[in-house]
Amino acid sequence: MDLSAINPVLLIASLMVAATPLLLAAIGELVAEKAGVLNLGVEGMMIVGAISGFAISVETGSPLLGFCAAAVGGAVLSLLFVILTQYALANQVASGLALTLFGLGISSLMGQSYVGLKPPSTGEIHIPLLSDIPVIGPILFQHDPILYFGIALVAIVWALLKYSRVGLILRAVGENHDAAHALGYKVVRVRTLAILFGGACAGLGGAYISLIRVPQWTEGMTAGVGWIALALVVFASWKPWRALIGAYLFGGITVLQLNLQAAGVAIPVEYLAMSPYIITILVLVILSADKSSAPASLGRIFHASN
Amino acid sequence: MKLTKLLTGAAMALGLASAALADEKVKVGFVYVGPVGDGGWTFEHNEGRLAVEEEFGDKVETVYVENVAEGPDAERVMTQMALEGADLIFTTSFGYMDPTINVAKKFPKVMFEHATGYKRSDNVSTYSARFYEGRAVQGHIAGKMTKSNTVGYIASFPIPEVIRGINSAYIHAAKVNPDVQFKVVWVYTWFDPAKEADAAKALIEQGADVILQHTDSTAPQAAAQEAGGVITFGQASDMSQYAPLPRVSSIIDNWAPYYVARTKAVMDGTWESVDTWDGISTGMVKIGEISDAVPADVKAEALAMAKAIGAGEYHPFTGPLKKQDGSDWLGDGETADDGTLAGMNFYVEGVEGDIPQ
Repeated sequence: MDLSAINPVLLIASLMVAATPLLLAAIGELVAEKAGVLNLGVEGMMIVGAISGFAISVETGSPLLGFCAAAVGGAVLSLLFVILTQYALANQVASGLALTLFGLGISSLMGQSYVGLKPPSTGEIHIPLLSDIPVIGPILFQHDPILYFGIALVAIVWALLKYSRVGLILRAVGENHDAAHALGYKVVRVRTLAILFGGACAGLGGAYISLIRVPQWTEGMTAGVGWIALALVVFASWKPWRALIGAYLFGGITVLQLNLQAAGVAIPVEYLAMSPYIITILVLVILSADKSSAPASLGRIFHASN
Repeated sequence: MKLTKLLTGAAMALGLASAALADEKVKVGFVYVGPVGDGGWTFEHNEGRLAVEEEFGDKVETVYVENVAEGPDAERVMTQMALEGADLIFTTSFGYMDPTINVAKKFPKVMFEHATGYKRSDNVSTYSARFYEGRAVQGHIAGKMTKSNTVGYIASFPIPEVIRGINSAYIHAAKVNPDVQFKVVWVYTWFDPAKEADAAKALIEQGADVILQHTDSTAPQAAAQEAGGVITFGQASDMSQYAPLPRVSSIIDNWAPYYVARTKAVMDGTWESVDTWDGISTGMVKIGEISDAVPADVKAEALAMAKAIGAGEYHPFTGPLKKQDGSDWLGDGETADDGTLAGMNFYVEGVEGDIPQ
């Protein structure tokens, strides 16, 4: 065993990178579910975001444009979900699954000519002064902008949901769409916007994998992150900060266990490999002992005539 | 009345004729563990499928299903293929072993070919390539090239094929560089680019300047390129898009000749259950071009070793070799038999860490 081989500064920095795609996708899905929509298409929207972002940043040479394109790509795919569930009143579970399958298929079609290319580097923001602090500087203040954006997004979503009128309306629609409708709120419009937001976030999360974490394009490269994001929203009891804790735990332990393996720690590899799942679930289950429950109208179809 | 009868008759005849025609076509199915665009393992199997189509043209129809999870779901996919009239089904991952045997029992007239496994029956063949021959060449280059004396190895599942690769690479790295140390990370997946990249980063951060991978995607190559100063080897496919650095060479699995030959055997009615395990000598394992990043003398030695292995003059597991626990395995000049290699579940002396059980 040689724990000294692990550089804690590099470790924490890379666990933040590993957590970010999960965090972005989870926070988007959280908003959609708060509005009462269960969109199982996260994986599909992520992978479409991954290729949209990759393609545009390769073509334009600008990672920022790539991330914008990823958000648009994810949102456009989620528009399909909007049409199916909000206007055609289709079953949300089936539509979400279809969205994932469709997203995986169309992304590999879109990505045919992008295999093996190298995307332009996103670069890191070195915050003046702060990034020069030893240890803390490289951990906290030398990352790419999207990582900070992810954390800021959690704060914004939390504040909006909790303190703003918009947040109240969104939650009302998610808790009881008939009552919200009776009060004169546009249920379908609110849900449409929430789904589009979820799609854009998932797209950003996907592009974070293809542009920063890996960075390359490979078919099916999200490999199940979308599903973990979905589970995370439930385990986080639909609370933004808990989603952040969950994402950092999961991403963090995934990276940590790989590091422990490489350092030759004498814990059996099987336990290390399962640890991200077990510890994340345990911590979030303990946190959710306050019995916060799902939005009451989650997954239910709304039509004004009912 | 007469006209309609005539037309129905004609339609029926046409239907029968086309059904008969369809029957003559040999239908070949492929079950893949990853997407065909993984740039590695599945990509090469799909190249083999395309070679079958090219060879036989209209006489053959191929179908494939990608991203099939190892386990019960694979059984569903194979059953579906068999029901849809496949005559020959290639199942291309180790974890399909039991599902293949189970489904083959239900469809005795369908021929199955399972890659990298060891269970056979009347209608199930197994085939694999001696990847460890290529690993020996990689180990040699790795041992010569590493400056930190630390080689990182991204392993997938603790199965004999993967353990063989680790041992073979280690033996040949240690032979030219006694100080070399292998850090092995088990990721428990064949294909998960993000996780593979994370594993590569963890190894690089801990001082590895050579990364060997036994997973299917090119993600570790991208991670190494990003980190800089690290060399890698293409796995299963050439991965030449990452040459000359970080990728300095590769193991290429060339399945096409085998797939063509086995499809031909089904057409001729000469197919029978066999166990094929070919290496450099038949071209099933190829060494991808060694890039200029490797010094000329190292390149020459590596090529000479590949040639000797191909000619049968050198066996990568030649004694004296000890097991990790220090017990004797092979005496001086003795070579490992295929049975031991096929079921290899131990590290050779010098490799650190335990194999997950």
